[in-house]
Amino acid sequence: MMGIMAQVNYILERYFDLIGGFWKLFLEFSKEVFTKKIEFKLLQDQIYLVGLKSSVLVIVTAICSGLVLALQFGLGLEKFGGKLYVPKLVSLSFVRELGPAFTSLVIAGRVGAGYASEIGSMVVTQQIDAIRALGTSPMTKIVVPRVLALAISLPILTLIAIIGGLWASLILGNIELDLDTHFYYARIVQTLEFPDLMLAMVKTFVFAIMVSIPACYYGLNVNSGTRGVGIATTKAVVAGTILIFISNFVITKIFFMVIT
Amino acid sequence: MSFIEVKNFKKSFGDKVVHKDVTFTVEKGECMGLLGGSGAGKSVILRALIGLEKPDSGSIKIDGAETFGLKERQWIPIRKRVAYAFQGGALFDSMTVMENISYPLQEHTNLNEKEIEEKVLKTLEDLGLSGTEDLLPASLSGGMQKRVGLARAIVLDPEVILYDEPTAGLDPFNTIRIQETIMQLKERGVTSILVTHDMPSAFAVCDKMAVLEAGKIAASGKISDLDTKKGGVIYRFVHGEIKQNGYKK
Repeated sequence: MMGIMAQVNYILERYFDLIGGFWKLFLEFSKEVFTKKIEFKLLQDQIYLVGLKSSVLVIVTAICSGLVLALQFGLGLEKFGGKLYVPKLVSLSFVRELGPAFTSLVIAGRVGAGYASEIGSMVVTQQIDAIRALGTSPMTKIVVPRVLALAISLPILTLIAIIGGLWASLILGNIELDLDTHFYYARIVQTLEFPDLMLAMVKTFVFAIMVSIPACYYGLNVNSGTRGVGIATTKAVVAGTILIFISNFVITKIFFMVIT
Repeated sequence: MSFIEVKNFKKSFGDKVVHKDVTFTVEKGECMGLLGGSGAGKSVILRALIGLEKPDSGSIKIDGAETFGLKERQWIPIRKRVAYAFQGGALFDSMTVMENISYPLQEHTNLNEKEIEEKVLKTLEDLGLSGTEDLLPASLSGGMQKRVGLARAIVLDPEVILYDEPTAGLDPFNTIRIQETIMQLKERGVTSILVTHDMPSAFAVCDKMAVLEAGKIAASGKISDLDTKKGGVIYRFVHGEIKQNGYKK
């Protein structure tokens, strides 16, 4: 019994340590953003790397998701004569949930892993030590540009994903479900309201923090050579994914509480 | 007052006690060789001198100012005066040689692009690295990376340089070149600590030496004063009689 309690205690301690570590890094990041000069050249480079270079992946994911969603809703509702509800259902589910979640999940895989492994490798090769030894800060040079770049890029990528996904569903609705494109487009415009888009943007901004802070944290805390880099990368993706799902629920719940 | 004063320095990693009580001083313009077996904690002392490692207790004073307990941002002015030449170079792999060496100049001086370029090219020439400015660190040999790292450390004209094995893995020609660079810097009044296993280099450039053994300074003093005869600490170190972690054979 004592053994199990000790084990539970150890696991809880480790998780609280981890959450404390994420929180501390987030506070340091926030303080740095509001009190120090931001390195715009580094920020620009990171936006190019995480934003522009992720756009193809995001667009392909969004188009395929939009096609599948329209097909599933269309074929399912056709049996009950509810085919005309497809644009409404697709647009609401895509803008409020699937667009932000799918985009953030693929970015958690691509960018979260990239951040953790790159920073971890810099730790192993003493580049982070060199940044400090040269009188500069890894927070300014490494963490702030990466977290900010993702916080700026992810909402934009999500907007692109929403447009791509809805456009793909419109095409499928016309070809497979015989829905008029003007009708489909008009229903999307009628259905979507500004708060829906705001929800998507707020969600993705939060998801960007949830992906990038753990990724930077794991990268900066690599301590067992190249093997440690691999472990940090895996942990960063897992933590980012879990935090996306948890924060998605919390934000959605708050959104409906505010709306109602 | 000595320029660098380390007093009762203690450091452990988990259960492993690396330094039990390390005390030494280095005068301004002096070069001290820090010797000891692998794992004796020589690099840990260098890292503590620049704030990359926190001592458990003790005192480290640089130019009379206590550094124990300083916060990260309080180290920044010290790091402009104290340079660290990493063992492997620790070059930024996404930057060219030119960008690596100009990094401290861009961060801490008001020099314009042209002046920075001129200073970097001069430093590269001094270290026999002309023509490498546009290369990435990955395309350089280990020895060249080490020398570029040294160039980056000295480009800001620091008052103190901490050399971590600067000649390890270098051919004799480049070893002598590094020795000459250290000598030139010493002539300019730069204070330095040299961690090395390369005894000819240590004897060539150091004014005094300290030998780490079993977590303490076993012997220190001017080279001429140290007992290099059989049975002396330096004799035993050179002849492999001081084992890893400072334990005696």
